[in-house]
Amino acid sequence: MDRPSQAFYGLLTLLSLTALGWGLRGGGAHGLVFGLFTVLTLGGSLVCIWERSVVRSAFSLMATFTGVAGLFLLLGADFLAMAQILIYVGGILALLLFGVMLSPPDMNERKLPRVIGALLLVGGGVGWVALRVSSTTRSWAVTEELPEPVTHAREIGLGFLHPGKYLVPFELAAFLLTVALVAAVYIARRKKEDLEPRDSLGGQS
Amino acid sequence: MEQRPFLDFLETLGPPAWVPEWALWLTAAGLGVGLITTIISLIALFSIWLERKVSGHIQCRYGPMYAGGWHGWAQTIADGVKLMMKEDMIPTGADKPLFVIAPAIVLSSIFGAMVALPLSYGFYFAQMDLGIFMILALGSTTTIGVVMAGWASNSKWSLYGAMREAAQVVAYEIPLGLALLVPLMALGTFSLLDASHAQAGFFGMNWAIFQNPAVLPAFVIFWVAALAETKRAPFDLPEAESELVAGFLTEYSGIRWSFFFLEEYAAMFLMSVVAAVFFFGGFESPLTWAAREAFGSNTHIVVQLVCFGTIVIKGFIGVFLMMWLRWTLPRIRIDQVMTMGYKYLTPLALACVLVAAIWEAILSLF
Repeated sequence: MDRPSQAFYGLLTLLSLTALGWGLRGGGAHGLVFGLFTVLTLGGSLVCIWERSVVRSAFSLMATFTGVAGLFLLLGADFLAMAQILIYVGGILALLLFGVMLSPPDMNERKLPRVIGALLLVGGGVGWVALRVSSTTRSWAVTEELPEPVTHAREIGLGFLHPGKYLVPFELAAFLLTVALVAAVYIARRKKEDLEPRDSLGGQS
Repeated sequence: MEQRPFLDFLETLGPPAWVPEWALWLTAAGLGVGLITTIISLIALFSIWLERKVSGHIQCRYGPMYAGGWHGWAQTIADGVKLMMKEDMIPTGADKPLFVIAPAIVLSSIFGAMVALPLSYGFYFAQMDLGIFMILALGSTTTIGVVMAGWASNSKWSLYGAMREAAQVVAYEIPLGLALLVPLMALGTFSLLDASHAQAGFFGMNWAIFQNPAVLPAFVIFWVAALAETKRAPFDLPEAESELVAGFLTEYSGIRWSFFFLEEYAAMFLMSVVAAVFFFGGFESPLTWAAREAFGSNTHIVVQLVCFGTIVIKGFIGVFLMMWLRWTLPRIRIDQVMTMGYKYLTPLALACVLVAAIWEAILSLF
């Protein structure tokens, strides 16, 4: 590991431990778990930007997705948390990895100055948004003030299928996905000329 | 999610006042993790011995006979000691951090999924309304660990194994979920405990498989997809020892290697229990019914023990079925795996869902 990486991971460990300790002091066990998931989410995304190998970046996204799912769990949204893991970790990340994993284990695919530039840019953007949000919000909502989240599968399903609630967006999403699937099959379909024998140069024989 | 069995247990012990709340939470979490570790280890210990005996008898030989005495019962323990003593090797060209993390991710996915597994009506880690959803979601993260192992090994065999795993799991997750929808519709719940409750009655034989005509074909689809998900033969293409040396496991040795097998055997048991709960009555059997009639409630200790015994026996029947299939069927080719998943199992599973939905709609008219 080169010098900048050592410094980066040292700093990350220090920040994570601070966040965990802070959570523990502020909120006991809940604070500790919240701190853990926050560290997973933010740390995963920071590593994703920092790592100069594409595959490592993709793997570090797993920590981010799992951390977000954990935050959903803490808010009592079980269904959302499990859907997050099933779709993002089990589906999207697996497909993403399937795409990038044929790249060689080269640890310097991306240049360090660019990575640092990206980190600064993202950090600046997040700081700007945080500043804007904190200047417009007077008090942060706490879980006690929010309506009780629906965790019962039957209620969630009925919400999707009830005409007055989310039936139209649900059906539209289903329709969109069907169109996307049909299009994907059409593009990937084996055409007649693909099946004909070719010579070794790849031209038609 | 409101039940906290371990924390409540610790609080009944009456901890001294100076112990902070978070320490209690951490201890409770540690107890839970320790118990799941024990369960997974015991399952693997027994299943690996069983696999050797079953494969031996299917191939007209004895299998282990000497270690420990009676039918080599201590063979797995001896193996475990050997694996722990082995040198822990990391190839020079490997991506070291990922190589080390991969077995941990594979094992932690099954740890998470085990949390949703009830062992009897009154004994569970987390009584979730979305139990089966959680098992499927966390079970699918195993793929990431296997892909990570394959890529980090920096070996072509491993990479091929990992690619096959990714393609196979993505293909078979769809029929797995769709086939499970059929008993979910028949029973009307996602929770494993409620599903078991819904199959009580008529001498404890009101199983989902007898409630709806589409459940039996759905079970066959589920079982094929479960074999593919747990990388068991005839779908063990990620390892495929005759083509890929050992697939994604090629560069692993010692205790890290054994983590992958711990996961495989625990996942086999988990899938079998899911099949038992959603297709074959869960805790319900004539014996459970008799015990409940005799002792009156589901929470009586004898009834709970009968429930526990029933689910363990049903689980191991499923594990035995998987072993039987593994040692009698030849491995199929990767293109056949893909064809089967996308062209046959997915449409069949969709048809099963349709039939089950129509059946339930007709039933609801009366």
